[in-house]
Amino acid sequence: MSAAASDGLRLAALPRGLPRLLAGYGRDGRPVDLDSHLDRYGPQPRPGPGLIAVLEQSGLQGRGGGSFPTAQKMGAVASRPGRPVVVVNAVEGEPASGKDRALLRYVPHLVLDGAVLAAEAVGAREAIVALGGAPEIEIAALTSAIAARARRRLDRSVHVRAVSAPNAFVAGEETALVRFIDGGPAKPTFTPPRPFERGVGGAPTLVQNAETLAHVALIARFGPGWFRELGTVDEPGTALVTLSGAVSHSGIYEIELGTTLEQLVGQAGGAAEPLRAFVVGGYFGGWLDASAALPLPLLDAALAPHGAALGARAVIALPVDACGIVETARVARYLADESAGQCGPCVYGLDAIADALGRLARRERDGRRIAALGRWIEEVRGRGACRHPDGAARFVASALDVFADEVDLHLRGRCSGRNRMVLPLPAKEPTR
Amino acid sequence: MSDQNVRVNPIACEAHGLCAELLPERIRLDDWGYPIVDPAPLPLGLRKNARRAVAACPTLALLIQKTTRARSVPAGPPLARGAIDRDS
Repeated sequence: MSAAASDGLRLAALPRGLPRLLAGYGRDGRPVDLDSHLDRYGPQPRPGPGLIAVLEQSGLQGRGGGSFPTAQKMGAVASRPGRPVVVVNAVEGEPASGKDRALLRYVPHLVLDGAVLAAEAVGAREAIVALGGAPEIEIAALTSAIAARARRRLDRSVHVRAVSAPNAFVAGEETALVRFIDGGPAKPTFTPPRPFERGVGGAPTLVQNAETLAHVALIARFGPGWFRELGTVDEPGTALVTLSGAVSHSGIYEIELGTTLEQLVGQAGGAAEPLRAFVVGGYFGGWLDASAALPLPLLDAALAPHGAALGARAVIALPVDACGIVETARVARYLADESAGQCGPCVYGLDAIADALGRLARRERDGRRIAALGRWIEEVRGRGACRHPDGAARFVASALDVFADEVDLHLRGRCSGRNRMVLPLPAKEPTR
Repeated sequence: MSDQNVRVNPIACEAHGLCAELLPERIRLDDWGYPIVDPAPLPLGLRKNARRAVAACPTLALLIQKTTRARSVPAGPPLARGAIDRDS
């Protein structure tokens, strides 16, 4: 996926405007090496535990999907007895999202700065960077970026290493990731304990999204006031959005939080064809009707009344000649197959939901299963060890709402789509 | 005295269904025999039955947990919790 290119601005004092995270990434498409990184941003500051108060002032919230206040999470880990561990979560099992992987590929030192800052803030001596389903070459590039820092003793007492996690949807769930790092399968565990209580090797563990840590690296240098120059009071700063579907230029865009969906689509060269709907928040998010969605600011506060959330900020534009029910059935089947297979309600419930949606998509007249669909959607929520069933249920429920007319059409044996498939899903069989 | 409610560990649960027999006031079964647990606080009169249900579970999947009043929710199926957990 192409990343938004930078204008190559030089930093006299504080960097202004956008992009922030992708500022170092030039049009040549090459990753930013350690020298260029240090040239641009200067040496990494070392606030130690003082970072937590700075992050609290910044109002930074996690960029992995949960939008949890970063300072609070770090504080919880720092206050536990024992030597903590930091895990950089770039597993990004969400097929519609590519931002974390792009950050590690193009501006790895921004993420690594953030990882080391976080480690020094909570008193950790180990930071583990987890990529999901990454090809050898990406792991090798990350490993050599880590080695370049080690040669210059940049990270002092923090040991950084890279691990390659499976390319599975649930592998990025934090308990699954901890379990994988400890040598187990990348599947969620029953909580409590949460990783901040008992994580890698039993140590209190800070699992932090890669983009979140890239923001940490900038906030540590330029301060919380600078961070808050963009965004809103409650949702400050910028964020990376992975935009795909019927837009002129799919890719990863850095936006100011509060930018409208219409402005984002404009940044991507506009809609490539007339639009019917959007997926906002990836496959744990929801569908929104295009005309209702376009004026909405990309903020949780603005999306919540519409039953949506930003999640990991994956956005997909659905053109008018694609069918929302067919698309949702594809995703529902994918999510059912991506169940870790541990919890009965997820294994059987998501499979039944995907099956019923598939029948609806194919316009089979199976009233019994379709009638049960609504009940199954309600019943699976909150009944897994992780939120996989909740996310899948939310996605399907929003489709039945936004595409209610299309559901009726299908029940009468018709479909308004032209049998095209738009939503991105992994091409090959996913690895469990 | 703090509130208590029942909770199931869905990884451990193998749908034996004894809990729904022993504590129908809080537990019903879904179409596949897995328990749907009402997280409402247990009144004193139900606590003994709840303990029996916990003891009867062959996979030790049923738990009684202490809750605060703020976390208790009205009777009915578990409410959607909305947020996702992938982050941080």
